[in-house]
Amino acid sequence: MIEISHVDKWYGTAFQALKDCTTSVAKGEVVVVCGPSGSGKSTLIKCVNALEPFQKGTITVDGISVGDPRTNLPKLRSRVGMVFQHFELFPHLRIIDNLCLAQEKVLGRSHAEAMAKGSKLLDRVGLKDHAQKYPAQLSGGQQQRVAIARALAMDPIAMLFDEPTSALDPEMISEVLDVMIDLARDGMTMMVVTHEMGFARKVANRVIFMDQGEIVEDAQKEEFFNKPRSERAQKFLSKILSH
Amino acid sequence: MLANFDFDVIRRSLGYLFFDGMTFTLMLTGLATVGGIIWGTLIAMMRLSGVWGLPRIAQLYVDLMRSLPLVLVIFWFYFLVPYIGQWLTGASRPVRVGAFESSLLTFTLFEAAYYAEIMRAGIQSISRGQPAAASALGLTYWQTMRYVVLPQAFRNMLPVLLTQTIVLFQDTSLVYVLSITDFLGAASKVAQRDGRLVEMYLFAALVYFVISSIASFGVRRLQARIAIVR
Amino acid sequence: MNYHWNWHIFFEPSPNGTGTYLDMLLSGLMVTIVTSLAAWVIALATGAIVGVMRTLPSKPANLFGFCYVEFFRNMPLLVQLFLWFFVLPELLPHAWGLWLKQLPNAPFYTAAIGTGLFMSARVAEQTRAGINSLPRGQRMAATALGLRTAQVYRYVLLPIAVRIVLPPLTSEFLSTIKNTSVALTIGLIELTAAARAMQEFSFQVFEAFTAATVLYLLINIVVVIVMHFVERSVAIPGYISGK
Repeated sequence: MIEISHVDKWYGTAFQALKDCTTSVAKGEVVVVCGPSGSGKSTLIKCVNALEPFQKGTITVDGISVGDPRTNLPKLRSRVGMVFQHFELFPHLRIIDNLCLAQEKVLGRSHAEAMAKGSKLLDRVGLKDHAQKYPAQLSGGQQQRVAIARALAMDPIAMLFDEPTSALDPEMISEVLDVMIDLARDGMTMMVVTHEMGFARKVANRVIFMDQGEIVEDAQKEEFFNKPRSERAQKFLSKILSH
Repeated sequence: MLANFDFDVIRRSLGYLFFDGMTFTLMLTGLATVGGIIWGTLIAMMRLSGVWGLPRIAQLYVDLMRSLPLVLVIFWFYFLVPYIGQWLTGASRPVRVGAFESSLLTFTLFEAAYYAEIMRAGIQSISRGQPAAASALGLTYWQTMRYVVLPQAFRNMLPVLLTQTIVLFQDTSLVYVLSITDFLGAASKVAQRDGRLVEMYLFAALVYFVISSIASFGVRRLQARIAIVR
Repeated sequence: MNYHWNWHIFFEPSPNGTGTYLDMLLSGLMVTIVTSLAAWVIALATGAIVGVMRTLPSKPANLFGFCYVEFFRNMPLLVQLFLWFFVLPELLPHAWGLWLKQLPNAPFYTAAIGTGLFMSARVAEQTRAGINSLPRGQRMAATALGLRTAQVYRYVLLPIAVRIVLPPLTSEFLSTIKNTSVALTIGLIELTAAARAMQEFSFQVFEAFTAATVLYLLINIVVVIVMHFVERSVAIPGYISGK
């Protein structure tokens, strides 16, 4: 579904954010990307739907090359859902309108169609009663669930999560993770940047460990948790699992 | 079109334009900036003081000045200053006041309202812990202001203050309405005497543009430097 | 002070034969209002476009916006009005210049367009600042949903930015009103010019200027009250702008 091969990315000329990254996500697979901050994991995931440009290598999504200037990027992005660290709901739109906007403007669905789809998804994330509220009137956890519903409303073929729980208060993390676990069990193709190793243990198929712009480890879940090959991954795991 | 241009009229009047006109403009800009910032800072302090009535008076002053067009204020002071002078000196007739003095007073008092708002924002941008720490060391209100709060406020707001001064520099051209020989007034007088409006006004525009552009470029550089230091 | 106050002067006929001095001031007030509104429409329309250009991911658009703002910001308004009024007709082909010079109400058009363009540079700066103050993630989230650049601005960035820049735009509108007084130098009989004319005819300096001052204060108060209601009516529940 997602093929990343030999991707290099520089900020300016001095700083290389991604170094020769190669990996893939198969249909229905859940891949967790982890690593210390500044390791390039967010950058990598943003390259997948071309929110960040990259200079070398290729990324294809469902066979379509992301870096190709002839690619219709808006169309490609509309088929890949993305969830951000800071939710990024549109503050001036009601919850239901946040879900409808792109359905209508990008997919060309009728308002009624979009509303129906939106209500169904709000129900799915347990927020049906909040449809008429504005984002700032919801808690962080609720906002992130809306953000997931907003992405799902586009009927994506894959979902990208960029640290979806790191801006949340601890007591709200599980409500968001529950929605994500549900999604994974439904067979959604997912690429998730997160430090939530509990989530990884539960639903991930593979775990990718990044450090300083490189993919250091790319392994099946059991293998990664039981006997990580690299020293850097061992260190990272011991730090993150010790509490 | 350009063939009809008489560049010589500019060359011939350069001395008049710069020695008479630009000197007036720059002197007025410089002195009104200094006066405006001092008076503006006092108003800002009044506005933030807890003394009964003072904040209200300061706010009224600022709001009044900022509600009026500068042109109207120039007229007000032009006619009012002789009477104030008479009242101050106890003379029997309204006192004659020179064009420069009258303009300086006008611009100082007018621009002070704008500088006051900038200084108020600057003072408020300083964390409350700073004056508290100064008081804890035994400094009086005036010492706290003089040595702790105002220097920081001034430094933080320097780019904004300088930008306001560029506005003031351009605003001084409005003394034209009193037929004073500032830079634009000089250009205008030559233009009308020699019937060379196109050349003189284009040249005046160019000079204002170059000076303002260089000044605002300098302010941007300064702003970038301050941003790095913080 | 040995100044002879005469507040009845307003009800005495003015020498231009169109009514009392009060009528003269009120017609000046009308000219001020109409000129400022016309100038404001120009300032908002061009300023918003230029301001948006300065935030676009396009070098040429950026450069154009930059030059535009610098051009109109670095010359005194008075000089700009002189350029439009005295210089432009001479630089145009002879027939056009003649047409311009014989245009009825030339001071009004010059004042509206000249003040409008002068203010548009400041509106552009406010617009740019407003858009740039939005979190970077908003643009990304909208892009990730598949919206095109124009749609990102139309449906997400501008609706939020407009609410943020409303207070500074109110004060720019007040500046526009005040700035129309500069046009008395090209013969526009607006409020300040009317007060000045009244002073010259009647010698009642302070009555004339007091009346003009009161009228300017009234305009300010009305604008501030109206904008207060506008701000309240477009406020987003729970959302603190500038955050």
